[in-house]
Amino acid sequence: MTIKQQIFSILISVIVFILTIDLVRKKRLREEYSLLWLATSSAMIILILRYDWLLALTKLIGAVLPTTTLFLGSILFLVLLSVQFSIKISKLSDQVKDLVQENALLRYEFERSTGTQAVVPCPQTQHSADIK
Amino acid sequence: MSDTIIIIPAYNEEDGIGQVIRDIRKANPDIEVLVINDGSVDRTAEAADAAGAIVLNHNFNMGYGVTIQTGYKFAYEKGYRYLVQIDGDGQHDPSFIGHLLEPVRNGDVDFAIGSRFLWFDSYRPSFSRRLGILFFRKLVTVIIGREITDPTSGYQAFNRDVMKFFSTDIFPYDYPDADMLITLNLAGFRIREIPVRMYANPTGKTMHSGAKPLYYMIKMTLSILVTLLRNRKLYRR
Repeated sequence: MTIKQQIFSILISVIVFILTIDLVRKKRLREEYSLLWLATSSAMIILILRYDWLLALTKLIGAVLPTTTLFLGSILFLVLLSVQFSIKISKLSDQVKDLVQENALLRYEFERSTGTQAVVPCPQTQHSADIK
Repeated sequence: MSDTIIIIPAYNEEDGIGQVIRDIRKANPDIEVLVINDGSVDRTAEAADAAGAIVLNHNFNMGYGVTIQTGYKFAYEKGYRYLVQIDGDGQHDPSFIGHLLEPVRNGDVDFAIGSRFLWFDSYRPSFSRRLGILFFRKLVTVIIGREITDPTSGYQAFNRDVMKFFSTDIFPYDYPDADMLITLNLAGFRIREIPVRMYANPTGKTMHSGAKPLYYMIKMTLSILVTLLRNRKLYRR
């Protein structure tokens, strides 16, 4: 790995690390989502600084170049991140479903008890069913 | 109060829903009718209300499965003993409601599903649709070990036990048909097919259009496989 490659990789990793911490600090990113980012950028920094570890890891997975190992690591990180998001979205969809149903039932009770007829909801143009 | 409720999921059905409700009420005057308005952008809720149905409203369009589950939850909470589910587009002939209900009321079965293929003069769906139905028919028949001719039928009747079961998270609300039958079978419910008359969809609208049928088939097959792989404990009632 050339010195240029090393400096560039470390720079990127440090920027990602600091940006993540900053976002969590400003409450714009939740801790649970920051862990994966922090772990990946830390791992990158360690592997670049401890070049012999990177070489050993490269040999272990059968890659030819150490940079391949780093790229592979980044792709793996992105895949994990996507899976994490998919799980979260599935959970959120379930929660939205339960809320919409609960709302429909409660609203019926409310209208019946007060004898009022609320305005029929104006649905969003974005259909959740279309996304599925 | 009647012990039976008829639920109709409806999305943008303002033109036909009133007539469907009136037809149902004419054939079954003592049964309550519930319309679940799935975030329609037209006046479906008003049309259903004017025809004398109870109306529940979703804030957003949530899809067919979520809509019928809202109906199950309502029926279960209100203490109804039997539930009939029928489409709001006039495809299902309401004079068959009694036929569907009979074995459920007698306690012979827990779940009755209407089959258009068992009734002599039901309409025949398009070739591609029939091909899809045939695929799931074979799959479901092999898995549950009994002939089911119309596994994608939305014309159903069932008892309170099934209502309770379907009100939980086990209900496959994204596409509840073939895998719903398998889920019911795994949970040990008694299922029977009843011949019913179905008409071609008068509005021509269908949820299976464009590239959706292929997606639907793949998703449903996956859904069925996952249903089979799930821990059996989940299906305990």
